[in-house]
Amino acid sequence: MSMLSVDRLRKEFGGVQAVVEVSFAIEAGRIHSIIGPNGAGKTTLFNLVNGLYAPSGGRVSFLGCDVTGLRPYELAARGMARTFQNLQVFFNMSALENVMVGCHLKSDTRLLPSMLGWPSIARGDRATRARAVELLHEVGLDAWVDADAAAMPYGALKRLEIARALAAEPKLLLLDEPAAGLNPTETREIDRLIQRVAAAGVTVLLVEHDMRLVMDVSDRIIVLNFGRKLAEGTAQEVRRNPEVIAAYLGTAAAQGAGSRHA
Amino acid sequence: MRLRGLMQARTGGLLALALVIAVLPLALPNNFYYQVAVLVGLNAIVCVGLNLLIGYAGQISLGHAGFFGLGAYASAVLTAKFGWPAPLALVAGATGVALLAFVLARPILRLKGHYLAMATLGMGIIISIVINQEIPLTGGPDGMPVPGFALFGLRLTGDRTWYWIVGGLLLLSVWLSLNLIESPVGRAFRALHGSEVAAETVGIDTARFKVLAFVVSAVFAAVAGSAFAHFAGFVTPVEAQFLRSIEFVTMVVFGGMASVFGAVVGAAVLTALPQILTAFHDYEMIALGVVLIGTMILMPRGMLPSLAALTRRWMR
Ligand SMILES: Nc1ncnc2c1ncn2[C@@H]1O[C@H](COP(=O)(O)OP(=O)(O)O)[C@@H](O)[C@H]1O
Ligand SMILES: [Mg+2]
Repeated sequence: MSMLSVDRLRKEFGGVQAVVEVSFAIEAGRIHSIIGPNGAGKTTLFNLVNGLYAPSGGRVSFLGCDVTGLRPYELAARGMARTFQNLQVFFNMSALENVMVGCHLKSDTRLLPSMLGWPSIARGDRATRARAVELLHEVGLDAWVDADAAAMPYGALKRLEIARALAAEPKLLLLDEPAAGLNPTETREIDRLIQRVAAAGVTVLLVEHDMRLVMDVSDRIIVLNFGRKLAEGTAQEVRRNPEVIAAYLGTAAAQGAGSRHA
Repeated sequence: MRLRGLMQARTGGLLALALVIAVLPLALPNNFYYQVAVLVGLNAIVCVGLNLLIGYAGQISLGHAGFFGLGAYASAVLTAKFGWPAPLALVAGATGVALLAFVLARPILRLKGHYLAMATLGMGIIISIVINQEIPLTGGPDGMPVPGFALFGLRLTGDRTWYWIVGGLLLLSVWLSLNLIESPVGRAFRALHGSEVAAETVGIDTARFKVLAFVVSAVFAAVAGSAFAHFAGFVTPVEAQFLRSIEFVTMVVFGGMASVFGAVVGAAVLTALPQILTAFHDYEMIALGVVLIGTMILMPRGMLPSLAALTRRWMR
């Protein structure tokens, strides 16, 4: 049984075909990447997989169940988490609270006990808080625990989203350009973080522009172009694929790849 | 650290409010001022509830006077026409309003922004029309008298008695909503204010939590309405009118959105001032508008949060 499989998935926006008959399956316990030029449909594909968009056609199955048409919160409950290319941070909260919201699924949300301030609610909240502090530590945000999210720099917010996604203890983590806009040092940190997350048993599906990052961490790569799947395979296979080179990588990347493996 | 700060602000705030309620009578020269204080308390209860919806969950309602009116009329009609005991009528009114709000909330709260404002406005207007039209039951535009509130054979009468009852109810409301806000439910409310997309993605059923905030805030309004009916001894459809809904929203915005004590302060200032400065009365609409615009421009976070930020700056 694959972790995630999509079958002839389609999405149209008016006349724009953002995703066209895309099929693939990813196995548990690996890092998979989706690459492709800007506008190739990568983010749209994520939005289809995690239920933010309803597909125009095709099916999505997650952990062996057909989940087409389920809402994102239902997919979250089944073990799917994600981050956003354009940040979706709770700017009305602190960093810590952002991550605590990530623990929502494991929290006690009964109305009356919450309103009456039952001790079990406060106890649960203390545990959630401790877990959130831990997660912020894991992504290297110890210095920002009590900071208002609105006061945090871009690079820290990228990591905050990852911590929040991890708080739900997902089986599958979708990362949409986690290194976009980061400097090389920050990118290396994200690189290591992704590998740690995968080593802990979380399956990662990564959309990334930073080719170096993708080639370094991915077990398998799917290439999208104009909404269609162009190629799929290991980093080496994809790198040598002439269609991929023509569409996306260009000669510079191919040369870079060659020199690194020389 | 932040936690301890929060707990202190919370217990400290509750204690301060209790203290104000306890010593305020020393400054109230006569029954008129007691009546004003009771009205402040009742409006504050509505605003504390409404703030859960507007300030925390980020959803607007321009129809909450409808729920206040329904609570008031449920108590009035059930006690006067059907001879129910007042506490039972209050509970029945609150339950009925909860059910109505629950049924209305799903379709209404699917809307956003202006559309949500219009839909809740329409809801409030329909409620007030129904109250106006059901003349055999409600007395229509003339209103109807309401029997006193009797609890275990004890009749609660007199402005001073009501002062303590409403004071207690207000403390209870503040305590309940502080508990809620500091629980995972309250965080979910704030999350859907911050980003609905992110909230859904971390597993929050946003529709469910919007409905929850709507129902809870409606129940606060209904209970305040019931208490108002017995306190005033007479209810008219004015209580359910559109202008009242706008007053409630203005109080929440003026006092400070997403601030429980801000809602109390907003209700206090905007209820007491027009009562005490009676010259102001003819210009109530204009004054409300000016306050709303002034607040948005001068202190967009509301009075209490802005003052708190100012004092913090001075302390440093
Ligand atoms: N919500 C939307 N409405 C209309 N068009 C969209 C929407 N989202 C994406 N698109 C279009 O779909 C195409 C794919 O976009 P996107 O998935 O964001 O690409 P990528 O993430 O690979 O850069 C683009 O042409 C984009 O303009
Ligand atoms: Mg994208």
